[in-house]
Amino acid sequence: MNAIEILGLTKEYGGRRVVDKLELSIPAGELFALLGVNGAGKSTTIKMLSCLVVPTGGDARLMGRSVRTQSRRAKEILAVSPQETAIAPNLTVQENLALMAGIYGRPKARVNEVSAQLGLEQWRKQRAKTLSGGWQRRLSIAMALVSQPEVLFLDEPTLGLDVLARRELWGVIRALKGRTTIILTTHYLEEAEALAGRIGIMNQGCLRAVGTAEELKALAGRDNFEDAFVVLAGEEAAS
Amino acid sequence: MRVNAFAKRNLKELLRDPLTLFFGLGFPMVLLGLMTLIQRNIPVHIFELDTLAPGIALFGLTFLALFSGLLVAKDRTSAFLARLTASPMTAADFLLGYLLPMLPMAVGQSVICLAAAVALGLPPSWNLLAVAASLLPSALLFIALGLLCGTLFNDKQVGGMCGAILTNVTAWLAGIWFDLSLMSGGFKTFAYLLPFAHGADGAKAALAGDWAALPGHLAWVSAWAAAVMALAVWLFRRRLIQR
Repeated sequence: MNAIEILGLTKEYGGRRVVDKLELSIPAGELFALLGVNGAGKSTTIKMLSCLVVPTGGDARLMGRSVRTQSRRAKEILAVSPQETAIAPNLTVQENLALMAGIYGRPKARVNEVSAQLGLEQWRKQRAKTLSGGWQRRLSIAMALVSQPEVLFLDEPTLGLDVLARRELWGVIRALKGRTTIILTTHYLEEAEALAGRIGIMNQGCLRAVGTAEELKALAGRDNFEDAFVVLAGEEAAS
Repeated sequence: MRVNAFAKRNLKELLRDPLTLFFGLGFPMVLLGLMTLIQRNIPVHIFELDTLAPGIALFGLTFLALFSGLLVAKDRTSAFLARLTASPMTAADFLLGYLLPMLPMAVGQSVICLAAAVALGLPPSWNLLAVAASLLPSALLFIALGLLCGTLFNDKQVGGMCGAILTNVTAWLAGIWFDLSLMSGGFKTFAYLLPFAHGADGAKAALAGDWAALPGHLAWVSAWAAAVMALAVWLFRRRLIQR
């Protein structure tokens, strides 16, 4: 079963098309990485899929729920971990998680489950603003998980983190594979290669190529993924 | 459930900010004490407690605009609001969540200010309860102004708009420091077109037990509060989802 079906999704700002008739299906439980250079249309796509931006054309269905006509129902099963760390700074870790549990009507026990899942128990009484960047990011992802979303959007989840913190978060994200359908956007190519089942490369609002890392390398005729990305993301821009 | 969770969060954010506590609760008391001290050392009657206390209580409420505006602006300009917007929260959930924690703060602020006035020599009476009640429409007005500014501006701009301009406009146009009837026709007419003088006069009328004058002032402030709140809600809804 497809958890996400994108059907000609389009966004224009003042006549400028930033996402152009996107077509894509993502099976339930897959971790799909969306790559592209700055301005490729990744963030706008994520915003349309998470009902933050109304599409100009086309539609997308999350577990069968249209983001255009059933956005309230779609929002019940999706969660977003935005690019910036999205936490309430003066609330403790536990209070941040309890806030999200309250908004989605989840039991308080869910707060403890997610705290344990992401190793946040030791910080639960600490105010979010006093955590390090890595722990804040981990809390931000935990807040997205409290609602037990069926579809999760991770927008640059490891941006600005050191190598160790990034690797730790990879472990957290890997543990979600199979249970939650995830779309991950990232600029770190090795992150996409390490985590994602399939990878989509966007450029100028269009999806230029979709496949596993190996398939994309073969398609570009390159041995390493970075070279393949440069070929696939750059060739249309150059043309 | 959603409103409750969000309102709790907002109350905690407010109460954990020391500036909120100082400007919300402490500053009006400092002003009241200072003006009373000045009055005791000048030969003319300018800052009498029966007119000063209701005015300062109203002035204290201007800080609600600053608090609500900063809260909305900080949420709006951070990714936090994006996270919540992607949740099942509706525009009504957001606005009630921002509004509800402000109301007990408004009541607490008025009660503390009036209690301080009693401590400084204002004769205690049941009318003081009517003063606190008469200030509720003004509290709603300032909260609505804060929501409006928070929806339109970033936190730095809100600081300027609500922290500097609105407090000064209220202070001068509400007749807190002087009797507006002493001013020329144009200034007085303009002041009474705005809601602030009516808010102060309503509180003064409640303290004096002038019940006939009270409804007119309250109706004027309430109409302004309703109009500003409606505008804030409309703009907030428009800005919540990008089209």
